[in-house]
Amino acid sequence: MSEEYRSMWKDLGLDLEAHDALLAALGQGYKDVFMTQENRPKGMEYFDFVVSQVHGLRVKELLDEKAAGRKVIGSFCVFVPEEIVRAADATLVGLCTGADFATEEVEKYLPRNTCALIKSAFGFKLGKVCPYIESADMIVGENTCDGKKKSYETLGKLVPNLYVMDLPQVKTAGGRELLRTEYLRFKTAVEDLTGVKIDAARLKKGIEIVNNKRKAIHRLAKLRKADPAAISGLDALLINQVFFYDDPVRFTNSVNRICDELEARIAKSEGVFPKGAPRVLLSGCPMAVPNWKLPWIIETSGAVIVGEESCVGERGTRNLTEPKGETVDDLMDAIVERHFKVDCAIFTPNPDRIAHVKEMAGDYKADGVIHYSLQFCQPYIMESIPVEKELESARIPTLRIETDYGSEDAGQLKTRIQAFIEMIGSK
Amino acid sequence: MDYPRCAGIDIGSRSIELVVVEGSRVTESRQADTGYDPISQAKTILEGVSYDRIMATGYGRALFEIAFEAPTVTEIKAYAVGVRSVFPDAKTILDIGGQDSKAIALTEDGRVGKFEMNDRCAAGTGKFLEIMARSLGYGLSEFGREALKAAKPLQINSMCTVFAESEVTSLVAKGENRRDIAMGLHRSVVRRAVSMLKRVSAARPLVFAGGVALNPCMIKLLEEAMDSPVNVPEQPQMMGALGAALLACGAFGRP
Ligand code: SF4
Ligand code: SF4
Repeated sequence: MSEEYRSMWKDLGLDLEAHDALLAALGQGYKDVFMTQENRPKGMEYFDFVVSQVHGLRVKELLDEKAAGRKVIGSFCVFVPEEIVRAADATLVGLCTGADFATEEVEKYLPRNTCALIKSAFGFKLGKVCPYIESADMIVGENTCDGKKKSYETLGKLVPNLYVMDLPQVKTAGGRELLRTEYLRFKTAVEDLTGVKIDAARLKKGIEIVNNKRKAIHRLAKLRKADPAAISGLDALLINQVFFYDDPVRFTNSVNRICDELEARIAKSEGVFPKGAPRVLLSGCPMAVPNWKLPWIIETSGAVIVGEESCVGERGTRNLTEPKGETVDDLMDAIVERHFKVDCAIFTPNPDRIAHVKEMAGDYKADGVIHYSLQFCQPYIMESIPVEKELESARIPTLRIETDYGSEDAGQLKTRIQAFIEMIGSK
Repeated sequence: MDYPRCAGIDIGSRSIELVVVEGSRVTESRQADTGYDPISQAKTILEGVSYDRIMATGYGRALFEIAFEAPTVTEIKAYAVGVRSVFPDAKTILDIGGQDSKAIALTEDGRVGKFEMNDRCAAGTGKFLEIMARSLGYGLSEFGREALKAAKPLQINSMCTVFAESEVTSLVAKGENRRDIAMGLHRSVVRRAVSMLKRVSAARPLVFAGGVALNPCMIKLLEEAMDSPVNVPEQPQMMGALGAALLACGAFGRP
């Protein structure tokens, strides 16, 4: 890493020593998990580069944007509408919540039985190792699960710029109205932050940029239906993770470029796994960078992951915002409409999600579904049982896994996952 | 016709089992403690054994795979195959070993249809029984027999090994009968196993395997709780190694 970045991190107030340790661990993990895969598409080089620069060049870009007067907004949830942020020429970044850090410090603020994702957000803040949290002009928390909701009360005291968005928990007319009210309030807050008045033309532009990003991801998802698989699930997950912090236009182009390559591979029946390899659909909690444990175990056990029913995956990216209407009101309605369809487990009841898991299992020709819940994540653990029942009644084998970011359970997980793969592979 | 000699080795956290089959005939079967160095123990157990192919299963299978360049299979599939070779009609398997327990539902043709494994801790496993036997001053092999002689079985509430141990200590201090405590402990392990079994399958015949299936009290309690006869192989702890050996021969589907 160049000296330039070190002084940048220092200026952001990072703990350089802890940060070095984090980068070293991240680099090693990345090498072990991603660089050991064979026959990766060439287009992955771009994403490898982005990850290698996640605390370097990308942060510098954001700081340059800030110097030019544009703002950076951090978020923890796909309910924060990127369209609105883009419309104000600001940048939305997903904050990393995929690794344990400064756990002892975190447990001074949060009970031990808090999910690893929430703890991770606190750990990166308290350990002073996340350049994104430190450079964000606004951090958006959202009232989703109880864990997040309550933890934002504490986070608000640790960061100077937390904005809390309320969210519905039911899909009723009243729920939609709440989402609309909150998105309008958020729009005003973004306008106040950026000094930009968001008009219809700006909103349209924001919608277009974000839709293009989603369309590229949809194209990638479709290509994963091929057998043999042209891209590993790990690499596809990585692209879905990079979705949250790369420059959107550059990201869109890079995804489209790799899709061209994958199409050529598919035409030649070329794959990263042998034809007929067992196909697994992952469903459940979001997997934030650098949480690669479960997919790594699955794919080094001989199965290929063909889709993620997750917020870092199809639940987060699936519908487009219909760019219909000419007024700010109409366009805001379209944004509300699109996000109101997100079938997060914090909603009750939430039948759409179960239907979507089943639909994805069929579309991607999955031989089985692995349902992943983070320990202590009540919404997804609760839903995992009805999901399993529904899938099994449709004769889709299902394995429910509950885990965290630690590696103590890796041996156990391996046995269960390998047995599951033996089971679905011997049909 | 000459059959190849196929070996299966099950490297568990407590013990290692080795089985060699020729055709469907078992020609060798051995057992040893795992110790601290599973690979050198595996080498010791293999001394003087001749085989054409070998397959490994159990916790240590990945180590074996590297050291011996041998194929591997999970305990779950290995137990399914091993048990079906002894009980061709088996539909459901309960396997309680040294450090984990599993319930396996088999399909009509003997494949694994669904399974569950206990999570992360020793509760409900052979390790739990071993620690409890020790804290009551019993040897492992007499523990079940003594429990069966209980006159007024006690209720043990803790499933966690640490808490159960202190519960046992305080019952002993109160002057409770050791056999009654022992029975209570067996019952608590069976309760846990039964709830796992019921989640996985209700189909019969049921086979009980793994080292803990050598314990007569466990068998009796399981039969009572499931309200059905329980089949136990003659050497229940060898089923994983047997399954791996058969899979090494390719006798039962793809390894
Ligand atoms: S799972 Fe729910 S709370 Fe989490 S990012 Fe998705 S929508 Fe937000
Ligand atoms: S993983 Fe579950 S508990 Fe954790 S933040 Fe997301 S919804 Fe909440």
